[in-house]
Amino acid sequence: MSLSKNDKRRGGDAPPFLSGGWRQLPPVAFLAIALLVIVLLLAVAVGPIAAGQATMTGLVSAGYFALGAVGLTLVYGVLRLVNFAHGDMLTFGTYVTLAFTSLGVPFWAAAALGMIVTALLAVMLDKVIWEPMRRARTSTLQLFLVAIGLAMVLRYSVQFFAGGQVRSVGLDTTSSVDIGPWHLGSLQFVVMLVGLATILITGAGLRYTRLGKEMRAVADNIALAEVAGIDTRRTIRITWAVAAGLAALAGILYATAIGSINPNFGFTILLSLFAAAVLGGIGNAYGALAGGIVIGLAQEWSTLFFNPRWKPAIGFAILILTLLLMPRGIFGRKKARS
Amino acid sequence: MSVDFWLGVGVIAGIYGIFVLGLQINVGFTGLLNLGQAGFMSIGAYAMGMLVTDAGWSLWWAMPVAILVAVVAGILVGLPSLRLRSDYFAIATIAFAEIVRYTFQNADFAGGNQGIIGFDQEWRDVSDWLLDRFTRIGLGDETQLPLFLAIWITFFLCLIGLRLLQRSPWGRVLRAIREDEDAASALGKNVFAYKLQSLAIAAALAAIAGFFLSFNVTYLYPSEFDPTFTFFGYAVLILGGFASYGGVALGAVLLWSLMEGLRFLHLPLSTGQIGSLRFVLIGLILILASMLRPQGLLGRKAEMQLRQ
Repeated sequence: MSLSKNDKRRGGDAPPFLSGGWRQLPPVAFLAIALLVIVLLLAVAVGPIAAGQATMTGLVSAGYFALGAVGLTLVYGVLRLVNFAHGDMLTFGTYVTLAFTSLGVPFWAAAALGMIVTALLAVMLDKVIWEPMRRARTSTLQLFLVAIGLAMVLRYSVQFFAGGQVRSVGLDTTSSVDIGPWHLGSLQFVVMLVGLATILITGAGLRYTRLGKEMRAVADNIALAEVAGIDTRRTIRITWAVAAGLAALAGILYATAIGSINPNFGFTILLSLFAAAVLGGIGNAYGALAGGIVIGLAQEWSTLFFNPRWKPAIGFAILILTLLLMPRGIFGRKKARS
Repeated sequence: MSVDFWLGVGVIAGIYGIFVLGLQINVGFTGLLNLGQAGFMSIGAYAMGMLVTDAGWSLWWAMPVAILVAVVAGILVGLPSLRLRSDYFAIATIAFAEIVRYTFQNADFAGGNQGIIGFDQEWRDVSDWLLDRFTRIGLGDETQLPLFLAIWITFFLCLIGLRLLQRSPWGRVLRAIREDEDAASALGKNVFAYKLQSLAIAAALAAIAGFFLSFNVTYLYPSEFDPTFTFFGYAVLILGGFASYGGVALGAVLLWSLMEGLRFLHLPLSTGQIGSLRFVLIGLILILASMLRPQGLLGRKAEMQLRQ
């Protein structure tokens, strides 16, 4: 097969007249500047109060989109599989957390337990399902069907035990904080801080720790990582644990910010997570974090112009546009066209 | 277990059968991971419903036109997304299905969550006329029988049509694409056009399944068509057999006998829990079948060479 046009356009040498300009910026800086420009434009268009409010609310959801998407993208790296069960890992972790709180465990401790249980579940699933399939070099179709089946087993097991009804998280949702002229529920504020802090920690962990480097190496190219002396089996297990733990945290943050959930919520935000992962370039962990932030902000910004009920549609639109216009995402460099 | 009950199972199984024939031509014979089949189904069904209730068309004109609408949707979805890698194609199609459902839920033109009713009078008339005839042979009480017959006759007509297509040179090119796309295109076949045709046929079959589904429940609402429907379809596909049209019938009947048969176990569970259990069971079938017998009951292993 010949090189597609994209390979020449993106990977190759930049034309000389661009080489010294904005193309030299690292993508993160480029993205940050782009988002800042949008905030300023919005402030001009709808006034600073409204624009700032939407931006802050957007940063709340940015946390759970980013943390959900980073797991999706890491798992894609190790399995070459778009994991349809990932959304239901969010659901699972959140319901485990709620189960612990109903036993009287304080919320933060229950959340930690929920993350651990979800991580253990993922490692176990890797042992029983994914590793044998990896070794047998099963086809994409089989991996897909197993992931879909797993998604259904997880979601409806939760529903079997907890019921399908909407369930309140049971936290105080009335208090709020003022930051300058902007308001935010106290819980949302906490979610925003925890979310953004975890994004930074995850990003730094992937960048600077040995484990993080190994995970990225495995996600990038398993064979090459193996040759370089990385214990890929161990790294894959840890990747699953990290992905699932972060998924559980994302679910818990979502539940805390919204205040109530039902067993379908993980699946319903899965497409937004896909959007974030694809936007960031699937397989690229930083890309997924950045993509999550973009999706969170974009959905809230959209409410400045459209009825809020169309919010999820913004995620779909970004997903479709990314797939059509730049399927390798902002950060990605993998070939996306067949 | 009454005849009524099994007719009901047969109706659902037949609807899934037609729906999954479309998946079979995509997944089994072309190697396309179409996860948006439920989207085409709802476009077809809603097009029919709206042509009858809003535009006042006759049902018999609305149905073929609605099939055309679904085919156009298939082509519009396929044009950009078929150029993507197979896993991206899967995401793009499920996103399409969700957008469709979301639109019908929230847009003003489609009745929102209340849905559409009153489009099926002409079908009811036919059904009553048939029932009238059936009374003479003592089957007048089986109210589901006309729908059952209509569905399964349609299924077998589609099955025969697809089998003939599959034996034609056209069908062999599809298989070649599934096995090795680059080789097929090196032989001068327009791979993209073939894939597009495969997707369009699947969309048409989905629309037909959508008509019968809406006749069966007598109204149209968005949550009928959520992606789970497609996932159930994949369970039928893998149970019955990969790259086997006959397997589709077997898989559909097996799966729905199993699903509906659950209620005879008299489990000490609430209705909601039994509902959840059914979904867990379908999930387990998907996992176990893919791991243990990925070619399905009637499929052949040699046909499982889906490209990476």
